[in-house]
Amino acid sequence: MPAEFAVELRDVVKQFVTPEGANLAAVDHVTMQIRNGEFFSMLGSSGCGKTTSLRMIAGFEWPDEGEVIIEGKPMGHTPPYQRNVNMVFQNYALFQHMTVFENVAFGLEMQRAGRKEIITRVGRSLDMVQLKGLDRRRPRQLSGGQQQRVALARALVNLPAVLLLDEPLGALDLKLRKEMQLELKALQQQLGITFIYVTHDQEEALTMSDRIAVMSLGKVRQMGTPQEIYERPSSRFVAEFIGESNFIDGRMVQISKEAAQVHVPALNMELSATPISGDLVAGEDVIVSIRPEKVQITNSINEMPNHMEGTVEKTVYIGSDTHLIIHTGSQNLKVWEQNRVSRIDPHAFYSSGQKIQLVILPENALIMKRE
Amino acid sequence: MNPYRRSPAIILASSLVYLFLYAPIFVLILYSFNASRTNIIFAGFITNFEPRPTLQAGLVTASPCGPFHWFCELSHNREVMSAARNTLTIAVISTIVSTVIGTMAALALQRYEFKLKPFTQVSLYIPIVIPEIVMGIGILTLFSQLFGVLNEALKLQADSRLTLGLGTVIVSHIAFSIPFVTLIVQARLQGFDKSFEEAAMDLGANEWTTFRRVTFPMLLPGILSGCLLAFTLSLDDFVITFFTNGPGSTTLPIYLYGLLRRIITPQVNALSTVWIAIVFVAVLLIQQSQNRKV
Ligand SMILES: Nc1ncnc2c1ncn2[C@@H]1O[C@H](COP(=O)(O)OP(=O)(O)OP(=O)(O)O)[C@@H](O)[C@H]1O
Ligand SMILES: [Mg+2]
Repeated sequence: MPAEFAVELRDVVKQFVTPEGANLAAVDHVTMQIRNGEFFSMLGSSGCGKTTSLRMIAGFEWPDEGEVIIEGKPMGHTPPYQRNVNMVFQNYALFQHMTVFENVAFGLEMQRAGRKEIITRVGRSLDMVQLKGLDRRRPRQLSGGQQQRVALARALVNLPAVLLLDEPLGALDLKLRKEMQLELKALQQQLGITFIYVTHDQEEALTMSDRIAVMSLGKVRQMGTPQEIYERPSSRFVAEFIGESNFIDGRMVQISKEAAQVHVPALNMELSATPISGDLVAGEDVIVSIRPEKVQITNSINEMPNHMEGTVEKTVYIGSDTHLIIHTGSQNLKVWEQNRVSRIDPHAFYSSGQKIQLVILPENALIMKRE
Repeated sequence: MNPYRRSPAIILASSLVYLFLYAPIFVLILYSFNASRTNIIFAGFITNFEPRPTLQAGLVTASPCGPFHWFCELSHNREVMSAARNTLTIAVISTIVSTVIGTMAALALQRYEFKLKPFTQVSLYIPIVIPEIVMGIGILTLFSQLFGVLNEALKLQADSRLTLGLGTVIVSHIAFSIPFVTLIVQARLQGFDKSFEEAAMDLGANEWTTFRRVTFPMLLPGILSGCLLAFTLSLDDFVITFFTNGPGSTTLPIYLYGLLRRIITPQVNALSTVWIAIVFVAVLLIQQSQNRKV
């Protein structure tokens, strides 16, 4: 019976001794379950323990506490060369003294594959990453993007159960990055291999992943699909880390299972909003988080819930969108509107001081605990 | 165009440096072609070829080898040939052993953390900066004490007693070469990211295969230049060899020194010339291996 999860981290702790002599928990009681065939991302700012987690899965580090389980087998102190996972390193770590062919063939040689098999499989995987004809080059004679592809081919040729990728696109320029994102995703779907992908680029994580773990200071802050993470961030930290948001202080007035009323002094009104945490009680101090693009600008002054009037403070035209700062109550709100009509006509712009009507749907106003 | 103007002062200074460095060597080489046996002034080249050398009033006027008379003489000199053989034997063995040990030391120092690690770097420099003569005396004292004790304890017979000879010279050459090899390999290791080794292990190579297929080839340029340096150091060494050699283990520098105290024929120069040529080639090879990018 195949194991339910490709990789499991159970309450894993990894500590390092800093040069100053203090103990630093680079990974602090992390539990993750990564399903077979999943594109799973670890997302977090620098130093939050992403690489360390990945290295523990690969076997370069051993956890101080907890367990790493790959395909149902607890790994313990299994060395890297006995784990059915392969890694694409951030700096690629291509063997400089070998040709592209020899680099890609290395893993197969270690598995003692026959010469013929090596030639066909290396050829196939170089095709897959579109590097046909470069097999006799040395890594130094390749561009960054090509080196990246060699690193990918070198790992994928072994058909591992799990592929670990540590910011593989970090060194590439934006355009190539976007291209490679699509290619990687397509490759993953075609091969059905579980990908564990480390990045600090939120957009990359959102566009590519089936599920994302948002990490900070060695802990997992939230785990879920891109939609869950973006639309239902569980904390102010996550909402701030992924995308932008307006945060307004409020106080719970009344709460039921799905709906809740929050008194927001800064807006001088009661908002109907959606509770995120289950354990909120009436009277509690909370934060309301509203994404800028979820605030609607309307012309009709009909009585809708969460309807308010505001004054345009500032507009910034950024091509696809217009970013507005709107003063309402005693609060400045970030509001993003798509430029669906041509803004070439200056009258189609909002001008400073103009009065406008805003509506926020209750499902887009999220109530979070104050941290 | 190079943006730096070539200043006459710099040209002059660098010419002087080269002059001081190379003038003695040039003279030395020139005199190895000297027709004069006494070799005090340069009396011109030997221009005639004859089956037998002719000597007239201290001047060699003809020789089977022509201008290369002294080189030919040299090759017929048994003592020189035996000294050359000793020198090479010592150099080859001590180079191989010190390269292996020195490289292993560099790898170990990079990889493992231990309490006394800060002292190891200093202890590598000390044998290099210590006056060679002090090292020589130290090694000699060590050997004579050790051999004395062993000869006593094992009650060795006269012909099997431990004495100074090729073995002691080789051991002492290994000892002074190791720090050089270690320092050079360490320099190479500075730019060596451990992710290369991790990548190899990740792809299924165990520790030994990783060393053989990845670490060693990537360090090879450093190891090679350490090796060549050890080789030239051993070829050149006079002071330590002077203290540790014994009957039958005379090396070229020791032999040359012995010659100097008798007469300086152009044979001495010829020997030096050959030697300079060998060292020169070795240095060129070191340069090449250092410039080689991984
Ligand atoms: N070998 C080590 N010795 C000491 N501290 C370490 C070691 N490796 C990592 N750390 C520390 O552990 C923490 C987590 O490091 P890690 O490399 O996992 O971060 P990361 O999330 O990958 O960051 P980045 O996005 O910058 O790559 C950091 O504070 C780092 O300084
Ligand atoms: Mg990292």
